[in-house]
Amino acid sequence: MIDSLTYVTAGAPPLIDRIGDTPLLRLPAFPGISPRVGLFAKAEWYNPGGSVKDRAALSMIREGEKSGALIKGKTIVDATSGNTGIAYAMIGAALGYRVRLAVPANAGSERKRILSAYGAEVTYTDPLEGTDGAQLYVKRLVAERPADYFYADQYNNPANWQAHYRTTALEIYSQTGEGITHFVAGIGTSGTFVGTSRRLKELNSSIRCISFQPDTPLHGLEGLKHLPTAIVPGIYDTKLADEHLEISTDEAHEMARHLAKTAGILVGVSSAASTVAALHVARRLSEGVVVTVFPDHGSRYLSERFWKE
Amino acid sequence: MATKILIPTPLRTYTGKLESVTVEGNTVGELLQKLTATYVPLKRHLYDDTGSLRNFVNVYVNDEDIRYLQKEQTRVSEKDTVSIIPSIAGGRSI
Repeated sequence: MIDSLTYVTAGAPPLIDRIGDTPLLRLPAFPGISPRVGLFAKAEWYNPGGSVKDRAALSMIREGEKSGALIKGKTIVDATSGNTGIAYAMIGAALGYRVRLAVPANAGSERKRILSAYGAEVTYTDPLEGTDGAQLYVKRLVAERPADYFYADQYNNPANWQAHYRTTALEIYSQTGEGITHFVAGIGTSGTFVGTSRRLKELNSSIRCISFQPDTPLHGLEGLKHLPTAIVPGIYDTKLADEHLEISTDEAHEMARHLAKTAGILVGVSSAASTVAALHVARRLSEGVVVTVFPDHGSRYLSERFWKE
Repeated sequence: MATKILIPTPLRTYTGKLESVTVEGNTVGELLQKLTATYVPLKRHLYDDTGSLRNFVNVYVNDEDIRYLQKEQTRVSEKDTVSIIPSIAGGRSI
Protein backbone atom coordinates (compact mmCIF):
# COMPACT_ATOMS: atom_id res chain seq x y z
CA MET A 1 0.00 0.00 0.00
CA ILE A 2 1.30 3.50 -0.84
CA ASP A 3 1.89 5.65 2.21
CA SER A 4 0.56 8.83 0.65
CA LEU A 5 1.62 11.12 3.51
CA THR A 6 5.25 9.95 3.19
CA TYR A 7 5.03 10.37 -0.58
CA VAL A 8 3.66 13.91 -0.37
CA THR A 9 6.10 14.91 2.40
CA ALA A 10 9.07 13.79 0.30
CA GLY A 11 7.91 16.02 -2.56
CA ALA A 12 7.04 19.00 -0.36
CA PRO A 13 10.13 20.22 1.46
CA PRO A 14 10.04 22.96 4.10
CA LEU A 15 9.89 26.53 2.78
CA ILE A 16 13.51 27.40 3.52
CA ASP A 17 14.68 24.46 1.41
CA ARG A 18 13.29 26.44 -1.53
CA ILE A 19 16.00 29.10 -1.22
CA GLY A 20 18.05 29.33 -4.42
CA ASP A 21 17.48 27.77 -7.86
CA THR A 22 15.83 30.97 -9.05
CA PRO A 23 14.79 31.45 -12.69
CA LEU A 24 17.03 33.19 -15.19
CA LEU A 25 14.94 35.77 -17.08
CA ARG A 26 15.66 36.90 -20.62
CA LEU A 27 15.36 40.69 -20.68
CA PRO A 28 13.53 42.46 -23.50
CA ALA A 29 15.36 43.92 -26.52
CA PHE A 30 16.87 47.38 -26.02
CA PRO A 31 17.95 49.78 -28.76
CA GLY A 32 21.66 49.75 -29.51
CA ILE A 33 22.18 46.15 -28.42
CA SER A 34 23.42 43.64 -30.98
CA PRO A 35 20.93 40.80 -31.63
CA ARG A 36 23.86 38.47 -30.90
CA VAL A 37 24.07 39.76 -27.31
CA GLY A 38 21.76 38.14 -24.76
CA LEU A 39 20.80 40.01 -21.60
CA PHE A 40 19.67 37.91 -18.63
CA ALA A 41 18.82 38.40 -14.97
CA LYS A 42 18.45 36.09 -11.98
CA ALA A 43 14.97 36.75 -10.59
CA GLU A 44 15.89 36.58 -6.91
CA TRP A 45 12.42 37.54 -5.66
CA TYR A 46 11.52 33.88 -6.32
CA ASN A 47 13.29 33.10 -3.05
CA PRO A 48 10.74 32.51 -0.26
CA GLY A 49 11.76 35.66 1.64
CA GLY A 50 11.45 37.65 -1.58
CA SER A 51 15.08 38.62 -2.13
CA VAL A 52 18.61 37.50 -2.93
CA LYS A 53 19.42 37.93 0.77
CA ASP A 54 17.77 34.62 1.63
CA ARG A 55 20.87 32.89 0.27
CA ALA A 56 23.35 34.79 2.43
CA ALA A 57 21.18 34.72 5.56
CA LEU A 58 20.64 30.95 5.35
CA SER A 59 24.35 30.38 4.73
CA MET A 60 25.39 32.51 7.73
CA ILE A 61 22.82 30.83 10.00
CA ARG A 62 23.78 27.29 8.90
CA GLU A 63 27.48 28.12 9.28
CA GLY A 64 26.75 29.48 12.77
CA GLU A 65 24.98 26.23 13.70
CA LYS A 66 27.86 24.17 12.31
CA SER A 67 30.53 26.12 14.19
CA GLY A 68 28.49 26.10 17.41
CA ALA A 69 28.25 29.92 17.50
CA LEU A 70 24.47 29.65 17.04
CA ILE A 71 22.67 27.37 19.46
CA LYS A 72 19.04 27.16 20.56
CA GLY A 73 18.12 29.99 22.89
CA LYS A 74 20.46 32.50 21.28
CA THR A 75 19.06 35.48 19.39
CA ILE A 76 20.18 36.17 15.82
CA VAL A 77 21.19 39.85 15.61
CA ASP A 78 22.42 42.11 12.80
CA ALA A 79 22.18 45.53 11.20
CA THR A 80 20.28 45.69 7.92
CA SER A 81 18.46 48.13 5.69
CA GLY A 82 15.74 45.54 5.12
CA ASN A 83 16.10 42.50 2.89
CA THR A 84 18.69 40.65 4.97
CA GLY A 85 16.56 41.38 8.00
CA ILE A 86 13.52 39.89 6.29
CA ALA A 87 15.55 36.78 5.46
CA TYR A 88 16.80 36.39 9.06
CA ALA A 89 13.26 36.96 10.36
CA MET A 90 11.76 34.35 8.04
CA ILE A 91 14.46 31.72 8.62
CA GLY A 92 14.57 32.48 12.35
CA ALA A 93 10.81 31.98 12.64
CA ALA A 94 11.03 28.71 10.66
CA LEU A 95 13.94 27.30 12.70
CA GLY A 96 12.85 28.60 16.12
CA TYR A 97 15.38 31.38 16.74
CA ARG A 98 14.52 34.85 18.01
CA VAL A 99 15.67 37.62 15.67
CA ARG A 100 16.67 41.12 16.70
CA LEU A 101 17.50 43.76 14.10
CA ALA A 102 18.77 47.31 13.93
CA VAL A 103 17.30 49.11 10.93
CA PRO A 104 17.77 52.79 9.96
CA ALA A 105 14.46 54.56 10.58
CA ASN A 106 14.34 55.73 6.95
CA ALA A 107 14.06 52.18 5.57
CA GLY A 108 10.97 51.63 3.42
CA SER A 109 7.64 51.19 5.22
CA GLU A 110 6.82 47.91 3.42
CA ARG A 111 9.99 46.37 4.84
CA LYS A 112 9.21 47.49 8.37
CA ARG A 113 5.76 45.87 8.16
CA ILE A 114 7.15 42.62 6.82
CA LEU A 115 9.74 42.44 9.63
CA SER A 116 7.09 42.90 12.27
CA ALA A 117 4.81 40.32 10.59
CA TYR A 118 7.57 37.70 10.97
CA GLY A 119 7.85 38.61 14.65
CA ALA A 120 11.36 40.10 14.58
CA GLU A 121 12.27 42.59 17.29
CA VAL A 122 13.34 45.77 15.50
CA THR A 123 15.16 48.83 16.80
CA TYR A 124 15.04 51.85 14.50
CA THR A 125 18.29 53.80 14.47
CA ASP A 126 19.12 57.39 13.49
CA PRO A 127 18.19 57.92 9.82
CA LEU A 128 21.02 60.45 9.42
CA GLU A 129 23.54 57.69 10.07
CA GLY A 130 22.14 55.01 7.71
CA THR A 131 23.37 51.46 8.27
CA ASP A 132 26.41 53.01 9.97
CA GLY A 133 24.38 53.89 13.05
CA ALA A 134 22.58 50.53 12.90
CA GLN A 135 25.88 48.61 12.90
CA LEU A 136 27.26 50.61 15.82
CA TYR A 137 24.06 49.95 17.75
CA VAL A 138 24.35 46.19 17.18
CA LYS A 139 28.02 46.15 18.18
CA ARG A 140 27.12 47.84 21.50
CA LEU A 141 24.22 45.44 22.06
CA VAL A 142 26.41 42.37 21.47
CA ALA A 143 29.25 43.77 23.62
CA GLU A 144 26.86 44.16 26.57
CA ARG A 145 25.57 40.56 26.51
CA PRO A 146 27.72 38.50 24.12
CA ALA A 147 26.39 35.16 25.36
CA ASP A 148 22.81 36.04 24.36
CA TYR A 149 23.47 36.73 20.69
CA PHE A 150 24.59 35.20 17.43
CA TYR A 151 25.95 38.26 15.60
CA ALA A 152 25.60 37.28 11.93
CA ASP A 153 27.58 40.39 10.77
CA GLN A 154 26.70 40.25 7.06
CA TYR A 155 29.33 42.85 6.12
CA ASN A 156 32.21 40.75 7.45
CA ASN A 157 30.99 37.15 7.50
CA PRO A 158 32.60 34.96 4.79
CA ALA A 159 29.50 32.71 4.84
CA ASN A 160 27.75 35.61 3.07
CA TRP A 161 29.84 35.48 -0.13
CA GLN A 162 30.26 31.70 0.15
CA ALA A 163 26.49 31.30 -0.39
CA HIS A 164 26.91 32.80 -3.87
CA TYR A 165 30.12 30.87 -4.52
CA ARG A 166 28.25 27.62 -3.79
CA THR A 167 24.89 28.39 -5.41
CA THR A 168 24.33 31.57 -7.48
CA ALA A 169 27.46 31.17 -9.63
CA LEU A 170 26.80 27.50 -10.42
CA GLU A 171 23.16 28.21 -11.27
CA ILE A 172 24.13 31.00 -13.68
CA TYR A 173 26.85 28.88 -15.27
CA SER A 174 24.48 26.00 -15.86
CA GLN A 175 21.43 28.13 -16.84
CA THR A 176 23.48 29.82 -19.58
CA GLY A 177 24.76 26.47 -20.90
CA GLU A 178 28.20 27.51 -19.58
CA GLY A 179 28.02 30.39 -22.06
CA ILE A 180 28.08 33.41 -19.76
CA THR A 181 30.66 35.98 -20.90
CA HIS A 182 29.92 38.94 -18.57
CA PHE A 183 28.61 39.11 -15.00
CA VAL A 184 27.30 42.44 -13.65
CA ALA A 185 26.28 43.09 -10.04
CA GLY A 186 25.97 45.96 -7.57
CA ILE A 187 27.98 46.31 -4.36
CA GLY A 188 26.11 46.41 -1.03
CA THR A 189 27.67 43.99 1.42
CA SER A 190 29.46 42.83 -1.78
CA GLY A 191 28.51 39.20 -1.02
CA THR A 192 26.68 38.58 -4.32
CA PHE A 193 29.42 40.12 -6.46
CA VAL A 194 32.37 38.59 -4.62
CA GLY A 195 31.02 35.04 -4.26
CA THR A 196 29.55 34.77 -7.74
CA SER A 197 32.52 36.38 -9.52
CA ARG A 198 35.09 34.30 -7.65
CA ARG A 199 33.43 31.04 -8.69
CA LEU A 200 32.66 32.12 -12.27
CA LYS A 201 36.30 33.08 -12.83
CA GLU A 202 37.40 29.69 -11.50
CA LEU A 203 35.01 27.99 -13.91
CA ASN A 204 36.13 30.10 -16.87
CA SER A 205 38.84 32.71 -16.39
CA SER A 206 37.73 34.67 -19.46
CA ILE A 207 34.39 35.66 -17.87
CA ARG A 208 34.43 39.44 -17.21
CA CYS A 209 33.00 40.58 -13.88
CA ILE A 210 31.74 44.16 -13.64
CA SER A 211 30.63 45.75 -10.37
CA PHE A 212 28.59 48.91 -9.96
CA GLN A 213 27.77 51.36 -7.21
CA PRO A 214 25.68 54.51 -6.76
CA ASP A 215 27.25 57.60 -8.39
CA THR A 216 26.65 59.86 -5.37
CA PRO A 217 26.92 59.55 -1.56
CA LEU A 218 23.24 60.34 -1.08
CA HIS A 219 21.26 58.02 -3.33
CA GLY A 220 18.09 55.99 -3.63
CA LEU A 221 19.60 52.62 -4.60
CA GLU A 222 18.41 50.58 -1.65
CA GLY A 223 20.98 48.15 -0.31
CA LEU A 224 23.88 49.49 -2.39
CA LYS A 225 26.94 51.38 -1.18
CA HIS A 226 28.79 54.42 -2.46
CA LEU A 227 32.24 53.05 -1.61
CA PRO A 228 34.26 56.32 -1.59
CA THR A 229 32.13 57.58 1.34
CA ALA A 230 31.44 54.20 2.95
CA ILE A 231 33.30 51.88 5.24
CA VAL A 232 34.25 49.13 2.83
CA PRO A 233 32.75 45.75 3.85
CA GLY A 234 35.31 43.31 5.24
CA ILE A 235 34.33 40.65 2.69
CA TYR A 236 34.86 42.97 -0.31
CA ASP A 237 37.72 41.99 -2.62
CA THR A 238 39.04 45.02 -4.52
CA LYS A 239 40.98 42.86 -7.00
CA LEU A 240 37.99 40.91 -8.32
CA ALA A 241 36.20 43.39 -10.58
CA ASP A 242 37.44 43.86 -14.14
CA GLU A 243 35.59 47.16 -14.23
CA HIS A 244 33.53 49.44 -11.97
CA LEU A 245 30.49 51.39 -13.13
CA GLU A 246 28.60 54.20 -11.42
CA ILE A 247 24.83 54.33 -11.81
CA SER A 248 22.53 57.23 -10.97
CA THR A 249 19.31 56.86 -8.98
CA ASP A 250 17.40 58.81 -11.66
CA GLU A 251 18.48 56.35 -14.39
CA ALA A 252 17.42 53.45 -12.15
CA HIS A 253 14.01 55.00 -11.45
CA GLU A 254 13.45 55.54 -15.17
CA MET A 255 14.43 51.92 -15.89
CA ALA A 256 12.13 50.58 -13.13
CA ARG A 257 9.17 52.36 -14.76
CA HIS A 258 10.26 51.23 -18.24
CA LEU A 259 10.60 47.55 -17.28
CA ALA A 260 7.21 47.52 -15.53
CA LYS A 261 5.31 49.30 -18.31
CA THR A 262 6.95 47.82 -21.40
CA ALA A 263 8.02 44.34 -20.30
CA GLY A 264 5.73 43.51 -17.38
CA ILE A 265 8.76 43.13 -15.12
CA LEU A 266 8.08 44.94 -11.81
CA VAL A 267 11.41 45.12 -9.99
CA GLY A 268 13.03 46.99 -7.13
CA VAL A 269 15.31 49.98 -7.61
CA SER A 270 18.55 47.99 -7.33
CA SER A 271 17.30 45.54 -10.00
CA ALA A 272 16.57 48.48 -12.28
CA ALA A 273 20.08 49.81 -11.59
CA SER A 274 21.45 46.34 -12.48
CA THR A 275 19.67 46.58 -15.83
CA VAL A 276 21.18 50.01 -16.50
CA ALA A 277 24.65 48.68 -15.66
CA ALA A 278 24.18 45.52 -17.76
CA LEU A 279 23.11 47.68 -20.73
CA HIS A 280 26.30 49.77 -20.42
CA VAL A 281 28.25 46.52 -20.79
CA ALA A 282 26.03 44.99 -23.49
CA ARG A 283 26.17 48.07 -25.76
CA ARG A 284 29.91 47.62 -26.28
CA LEU A 285 29.65 43.97 -27.35
CA SER A 286 29.05 42.45 -30.76
CA GLU A 287 28.18 39.13 -29.18
CA GLY A 288 28.01 37.71 -25.70
CA VAL A 289 25.88 36.56 -22.78
CA VAL A 290 25.50 39.23 -20.10
CA VAL A 291 24.01 38.15 -16.78
CA THR A 292 22.99 40.33 -13.85
CA VAL A 293 21.09 39.82 -10.60
CA PHE A 294 17.68 41.24 -9.73
CA PRO A 295 17.82 41.38 -5.91
CA ASP A 296 14.11 41.91 -5.28
CA HIS A 297 10.65 42.74 -6.62
CA GLY A 298 9.02 46.13 -7.12
CA SER A 299 6.20 45.38 -4.71
CA ARG A 300 8.55 46.34 -1.84
CA TYR A 301 8.91 49.87 -3.20
CA LEU A 302 5.36 50.86 -4.08
CA SER A 303 5.36 53.74 -1.59
CA GLU A 304 8.27 55.36 -3.46
CA ARG A 305 7.27 58.54 -5.25
CA PHE A 306 9.14 57.82 -8.48
CA TRP A 307 6.46 55.43 -9.79
CA LYS A 308 4.13 58.39 -10.25
CA GLU A 309 6.50 60.42 -12.44
CA MET B 1 17.00 84.05 12.25
CA ALA B 2 19.38 81.08 12.40
CA THR B 3 18.18 77.50 12.07
CA LYS B 4 20.12 74.29 12.55
CA ILE B 5 20.40 71.84 9.62
CA LEU B 6 21.41 68.25 10.42
CA ILE B 7 23.73 66.72 7.81
CA PRO B 8 23.53 62.94 7.08
CA THR B 9 26.82 61.06 7.47
CA PRO B 10 27.42 60.45 3.70
CA LEU B 11 27.33 64.22 3.07
CA ARG B 12 29.60 65.27 5.94
CA THR B 13 32.54 64.89 3.54
CA TYR B 14 31.29 68.14 2.01
CA THR B 15 30.73 70.06 5.26
CA GLY B 16 34.19 69.57 6.71
CA LYS B 17 32.83 66.65 8.83
CA LEU B 18 30.28 68.92 10.52
CA GLU B 19 27.21 67.05 11.79
CA SER B 20 25.12 70.21 11.70
CA VAL B 21 25.33 73.64 10.16
CA THR B 22 23.43 76.68 11.42
CA VAL B 23 22.37 79.20 8.78
CA GLU B 24 20.12 82.26 8.49
CA GLY B 25 16.86 82.17 6.54
CA ASN B 26 13.08 82.39 6.79
CA THR B 27 12.20 79.37 4.65
CA VAL B 28 13.66 75.91 4.02
CA GLY B 29 14.57 77.03 0.48
CA GLU B 30 16.56 79.99 1.80
CA LEU B 31 18.37 77.80 4.32
CA LEU B 32 19.35 75.23 1.71
CA GLN B 33 20.48 77.95 -0.68
CA LYS B 34 22.76 79.42 1.96
CA LEU B 35 24.01 75.98 2.92
CA THR B 36 24.93 75.08 -0.66
CA ALA B 37 26.43 78.55 -1.26
CA THR B 38 28.80 77.91 1.67
CA TYR B 39 29.46 74.26 0.81
CA VAL B 40 29.26 74.40 -2.98
CA PRO B 41 30.01 70.70 -3.79
CA LEU B 42 26.94 69.79 -1.72
CA LYS B 43 24.65 71.41 -4.29
CA ARG B 44 24.70 68.69 -6.94
CA HIS B 45 23.89 66.06 -4.31
CA LEU B 46 20.73 67.88 -3.20
CA TYR B 47 19.48 69.45 -6.45
CA ASP B 48 19.13 68.12 -10.00
CA ASP B 49 20.11 70.04 -13.16
CA THR B 50 16.78 71.88 -13.23
CA GLY B 51 17.29 73.18 -9.70
CA SER B 52 14.67 70.91 -8.07
CA LEU B 53 15.41 68.91 -4.95
CA ARG B 54 16.33 65.38 -6.01
CA ASN B 55 13.41 63.00 -5.52
CA PHE B 56 15.32 60.67 -3.19
CA VAL B 57 16.35 63.53 -0.90
CA ASN B 58 13.90 64.17 1.90
CA VAL B 59 13.98 67.36 3.91
CA TYR B 60 12.29 67.40 7.28
CA VAL B 61 11.38 70.29 9.54
CA ASN B 62 11.42 68.64 12.94
CA ASP B 63 9.43 65.43 12.23
CA GLU B 64 7.54 66.65 9.16
CA ASP B 65 8.52 66.02 5.54
CA ILE B 66 8.41 69.40 3.74
CA ARG B 67 6.55 67.75 0.85
CA TYR B 68 3.56 67.61 3.19
CA LEU B 69 4.12 71.18 4.43
CA GLN B 70 4.78 74.09 2.06
CA LYS B 71 7.76 72.39 0.38
CA GLU B 72 10.74 74.75 0.05
CA GLN B 73 8.50 77.67 1.03
CA THR B 74 7.98 76.07 4.46
CA ARG B 75 8.76 78.75 7.05
CA VAL B 76 11.28 78.03 9.78
CA SER B 77 12.28 79.65 13.04
CA GLU B 78 15.30 79.28 15.31
CA LYS B 79 13.34 76.71 17.34
CA ASP B 80 13.10 74.33 14.37
CA THR B 81 15.60 71.71 13.27
CA VAL B 82 15.92 70.84 9.59
CA SER B 83 17.20 67.36 8.60
CA ILE B 84 18.38 66.11 5.21
CA ILE B 85 17.59 62.40 4.96
CA PRO B 86 18.01 59.91 2.10
CA SER B 87 14.62 58.43 1.22
CA ILE B 88 15.87 54.93 1.99
CA ALA B 89 18.84 53.49 3.77
CA GLY B 90 21.94 53.72 1.64
CA GLY B 91 25.66 53.90 2.21
CA ARG B 92 27.64 54.03 5.35
CA SER B 93 29.82 57.01 6.00
CA ILE B 94 33.22 57.02 7.68
